[in-house]
Amino acid sequence: MIKESELKPENASFRETVPAGDYFLKVVKAGETVRILDLEGNQAADTLFYNAHNPTERYSAVDTIREQGNVYLTAGSKLMSSENNVMLEITADTCGRHDTLGGACAAESNTTRYALEKKCMHACRDSWLVAVTEHEELGMTKRDITHNINFFMNVPVTADGGLTFADGISDAGKYVELKAAMDVLVMISNCPQLNNPCNAYNPTPIEVLVWS
Amino acid sequence: MLQSAAPLYDDLIPGGSHWSFIMRRGHVLRLIDETGGANVGMLMYNPENPLERYNMPDTLKNQHTFLLTKGHVLLSDMGRVFASIIRDDLGWHDTVSGTCNADQVEKRWGKKTYQEAHNHYHRNGFSSFLNELAKYGLGKKDLTANLNWFSKVKTDDDGNMAYVSDHSYAGATVDLRFEMDTIVVLHTCPHPLNTTPDYPRHPLRYQLFKAAPVTDADPCKISSPEATRAFANTALYHMMQS
Ligand SMILES: [Zn+2]
Repeated sequence: MIKESELKPENASFRETVPAGDYFLKVVKAGETVRILDLEGNQAADTLFYNAHNPTERYSAVDTIREQGNVYLTAGSKLMSSENNVMLEITADTCGRHDTLGGACAAESNTTRYALEKKCMHACRDSWLVAVTEHEELGMTKRDITHNINFFMNVPVTADGGLTFADGISDAGKYVELKAAMDVLVMISNCPQLNNPCNAYNPTPIEVLVWS
Repeated sequence: MLQSAAPLYDDLIPGGSHWSFIMRRGHVLRLIDETGGANVGMLMYNPENPLERYNMPDTLKNQHTFLLTKGHVLLSDMGRVFASIIRDDLGWHDTVSGTCNADQVEKRWGKKTYQEAHNHYHRNGFSSFLNELAKYGLGKKDLTANLNWFSKVKTDDDGNMAYVSDHSYAGATVDLRFEMDTIVVLHTCPHPLNTTPDYPRHPLRYQLFKAAPVTDADPCKISSPEATRAFANTALYHMMQS
């Protein structure tokens, strides 16, 4: 569902551009709104959310899709935690559909999906592993890397049980906006995937904005 | 696919229960829906390094599928094959709906404590998984998207999910051939989308067999280039073991 935001970028309390292949890590407080902006189009923002006070509680892809009865995310979707609590709600979306079944790229999954010799190519899980090791104060490790949201990705499920990676439905300037229902740690890998035609083999930057 | 017709072991797990064990590679775990209507939640971990675990997204996207059936492999997050589905009587098993928790079970079927119902108390999948995971030093952080054997959840063109009741029948069988040593965590609690009026309580019969050797023409190994590469990764992992 396409829903524009009323919020103006010039009123944001925080703005940061995240280059492709980098991670983004920030606590967004309950009541604040965070926007992820696809600056150049068809870029995947692989995103994980944690309860900022207890990262053992985290975004759960399966609980989210089951509780809303739909496999796609868009405006109105409530993102559920592993403890069955609402973490955030998508309040605006100019893209219309986001994926949470396809997971993130990893060095190891690059070997199976593309070719065995792709194992040393930079991947989303590497970005998260760097994020948690560079922030020891969070007490997080690979155990905390779970099934993520792929903002701006289109992964249609067919009625006979197929799964396809379709061309992106995002474009330069499209965005998704989420209002936090609890204090959440936002951890994004701005995907460095060079093997997937969805981004025309050209990963591009995103921007993250927060309104208090 | 099986080296012998007689099972090495045969056991029944009551409905609404949980259990776990280690499968050794080269063996087959046969799951049988004893009464029809079963749901079996499953998680998998590498006993050598439990940070390696079943990965739903990698399993689905590598095989371009939303459902699991014969010919598919169950992948770890490390690009390896925990198990191959070498037989399936049903054609569709769910791995995207997660598992029921205490709140859902109480809302749908009421609360039944041990004090009032003894071993027929209402257990839920979330607590059941945690109970078994704790036996291996694992916990909430290790919970991941689970498999729901014998359950079918389909979607329409808009992505709306629908649970298909009466999908499984008495005697329906799934054979999983393990390609790696694997901690298998199971529960027989209801599927989280099942709306049957009474708490569904269906046992699981499971049997263990020795597997026949996996050849280069094995249907699971050659089912897709992705599966072939996952088998290659698994072979590399085992290279220094005889
Ligand atoms: Zn990626």
